[in-house]
Amino acid sequence: MRYIPHTAADVSEMLERIGVKNLEDLFVEVPGSVRLKRPLDLPEALSETELLRELKKLAAKNATPSTHMSFLGGGAYHHFSPAAIDLLVSRSEFYTAYTPYQPEISQGTLQAIFEFQTMICQLTGMDVANASMYDGASACAEAVLMAVRLTRRKRVLLSRALNPRYRATVATYCLYLDLELIDVAVADDGRTDLKDLAAKLDNTTAAVVAGYPNYFGVVEDLAALSERAHEAGARMVAAVAEPVALGLLKPPGELGADIVAGDGQSFGLPLAYGGPYVGFFTVRQKDLRAMPGRLVGETTDLDGQRGFVLTLSTREQHIRREKATSNICSNQGLCALVTTIFMSLLGKQGLREMAGQNLAKAAYARQQLAGVKGFSLVFDGPSFNEFVVRSVEPVADVLGRLEKNGILGGIALGDDYPELADCFLVCVTEQNQRSEIDALVAALQGGAA
Amino acid sequence: MTILGNSGLVLNEKLLFEHSDPGRKGYSLPKLDVPEAALPAELCRDEIAGFPELSEVDVVRHFTRLSTWNYGVDSGFYPLGSCTMKYNPKVNEIAARLPGLADLHPATPPHLAQGILELMDKLQTSLAEVSGFARVTLQPAAGAHGELAGMLVIRAWHEARNSTRSKVLIPDTAHGTNPATATLAGYDVVPIASEGILTLEEVESHMDDDVAALMVTNPNTLGLFESNIEEICKLVHARGGLVYCDGANLNALMGIARPGDMGIDVMHFNLHKTFSTPHGGGGPGAGPVGVTEELIPYLPGPGVERVGDEYRFETDNAESIGRLLAFHGNVGIMVRAYSYIRSMGGAGLKHASEMAVLNANYIRARLEGVYELPYKNRSLHEVIFSDKDLEGGCHTLDVAKRLIDYGYHPPTIYFPLVVKGAIMIEPTETESPDVLDEFCDAMIAIAGEARDNPDLLLKAPMRSKVRRLDETTAARKPRLKWEGSE
Repeated sequence: MRYIPHTAADVSEMLERIGVKNLEDLFVEVPGSVRLKRPLDLPEALSETELLRELKKLAAKNATPSTHMSFLGGGAYHHFSPAAIDLLVSRSEFYTAYTPYQPEISQGTLQAIFEFQTMICQLTGMDVANASMYDGASACAEAVLMAVRLTRRKRVLLSRALNPRYRATVATYCLYLDLELIDVAVADDGRTDLKDLAAKLDNTTAAVVAGYPNYFGVVEDLAALSERAHEAGARMVAAVAEPVALGLLKPPGELGADIVAGDGQSFGLPLAYGGPYVGFFTVRQKDLRAMPGRLVGETTDLDGQRGFVLTLSTREQHIRREKATSNICSNQGLCALVTTIFMSLLGKQGLREMAGQNLAKAAYARQQLAGVKGFSLVFDGPSFNEFVVRSVEPVADVLGRLEKNGILGGIALGDDYPELADCFLVCVTEQNQRSEIDALVAALQGGAA
Repeated sequence: MTILGNSGLVLNEKLLFEHSDPGRKGYSLPKLDVPEAALPAELCRDEIAGFPELSEVDVVRHFTRLSTWNYGVDSGFYPLGSCTMKYNPKVNEIAARLPGLADLHPATPPHLAQGILELMDKLQTSLAEVSGFARVTLQPAAGAHGELAGMLVIRAWHEARNSTRSKVLIPDTAHGTNPATATLAGYDVVPIASEGILTLEEVESHMDDDVAALMVTNPNTLGLFESNIEEICKLVHARGGLVYCDGANLNALMGIARPGDMGIDVMHFNLHKTFSTPHGGGGPGAGPVGVTEELIPYLPGPGVERVGDEYRFETDNAESIGRLLAFHGNVGIMVRAYSYIRSMGGAGLKHASEMAVLNANYIRARLEGVYELPYKNRSLHEVIFSDKDLEGGCHTLDVAKRLIDYGYHPPTIYFPLVVKGAIMIEPTETESPDVLDEFCDAMIAIAGEARDNPDLLLKAPMRSKVRRLDETTAARKPRLKWEGSE
């Protein structure tokens, strides 16, 4: 086996040195009654050539932006990723290292995380960012748990316009913590309904959670939501599934958010059927010691040189065990590195320009689609790169018809929102050429005729 | 002895922000082919203050230099106990980057994602075979995430039986994630003492009708097989509880014994340990969970299933604990693990476990007598020494730092907590006896240095990019982001 260097001679010499007769003797502590008495029933080993042949066959059965025009979003986005990123993260000093427990030989990872933390703070307008979490949904769940810890309250208000998979993840994390999760309605403009929020907020509410932009692509009035939440003594959690929007939108930190949790996938990570992505998590300075996840801090070495270390770990499970702020152990180190390189390359101008292109393309698509008979726009609130379309023709038929034209037209909303069973969510990014948008419109017109 | 550690030309490198120059660009976008659009001004931000402005060359040099300050498995021996730092096969990286896998959107209709669903189905079936469980979910993103899934499943099973048990038993050798996870599942943690391995008597003395589960690690964090595991599982089951196994150390057991056959009810896998996927400087990993038949309904969902020739997501999951992530798990990691399993085959996986155990025992044979060995039972995939016999006022930390000068990544230190000054060495199967010999020679030399010239240890490392760092000040006056030049 090419990954295992031992020759037969090596094995006998090593056994002799250990003082046992055979490999079997190394397993004397494993009782016979639990030993597996047959070979593992797995297919035979493949050579590299055979393996890649098999995997390419599997890969060819999947529809991607190379085979289909795609307007899928909903928490995962098809964006430009500069070529330099993958080549840099393929340096094996990065990807074959582990957690920087030994800072003297991990300064590369540590400095990159420090830069990640800095840029996430700049982007969100918040004080402190951790070294990353699994994804946006789980980071959002951790934000809810943190708000509950800080307020010692048990009621959590989740906007119905928050990504339904984020809401589901929050619900799973909270299953047995004796919390009350309550939905807040969506108003006609696609934003969280402030009246319904006011009716449901009370002095037992720990947190209000809303997407920014929300699942329907609409930009929430985050300042108003934060103000209401704070009046009741609750924390405002903003969940950012599409961080490209922050190239243009006011940062949640300026609008009163107490915790901003989100997903960095848009910043250079491949779609990869849903992961690995990277959650980011930011808080206000005053809440620093209640936050979950790893943190990297700046310090100096014995010679006074600048260096970086994992720090404030007394919050974490390996020290605090059952009293830790979270059970999380790892971060998404390499994914955080991807987003760090992405933000470095795009920089101040690039992120704004990319966000502007998303906005413009989606606005163009909205305008074109609104003119197609049998289709209408559902929400009129300000939106970024996604929007909801209502169809007279059943949604499954529309999407099926588009698929025959080589178009993945959007995500049907009926499963998550029975009241929107006649609607689908369309996402347009800078990767969609005008000709693709025109093709989408033409295909829709084709059916309505 | 050849000392691997040397010093070459290590380049200094500023922070990104200190390089930034207004107007510099490191990207290109196509020209906008639709009319420009604008958001209402009150929604718009000013420029992102502090965000860098760099050319592509600046960025590439920056991260290339940073990478040279790191130590990875490809750099050299990385015997970090409990982390299974085995070699990460290169073909797996190619596999994960195949466009049909890497560019697939998670909301693609299942009939247009049959390739990836087939791969996921085959991976979960393979993991079930290796572990002896009835079914495996691939959704959890990491070991601790898998623990959470597993403990929530256990709780859901109890709740479905109207059982209101409130306690979880956890041995003192357990990873910190175990008690932290039990808390997150709403349980009270009862730590139990172990004498190397758990005895039936010890478990029995804590087992009552309020215990929902026992969490074990097998082999445990001392590298020892819990040889009473069958009797312990029977006892816990007889009293109405379930047994969770932390599968961090599965690398000792593939093809040798299966946790599902020992009476364990739930176990998480670490694909980044046992199944060779890269650790990525701290993640991403993946933490699939296997369960017995009885617990299948509660698994996080929706899971992938095969119906006839078609793969799809399960729809009947009313009792599922729900989802733990936005999408289907760390699929890119699953592709790498699947590639590994297909490259190794069943016999190859067993061979890997045998060589991993052989390597750990070889190190043990070479270092026993030089470093104190607190537990004498036969080691499996890792061996734990202590600093008890170390002279010159040196401690485990100093040995670890001195190993850096010799060119090695240090072992896990000060864990498990039950061994004072623990040095936890896990070589994995991908290291040759030559590498192990050089490492053992270094460990022996260091013990000698401690006696004869302890400063070599106390001032180590001397050859690394930076020397020992002031962690106290870092924690007392946290500087967690760049705040501008001083």
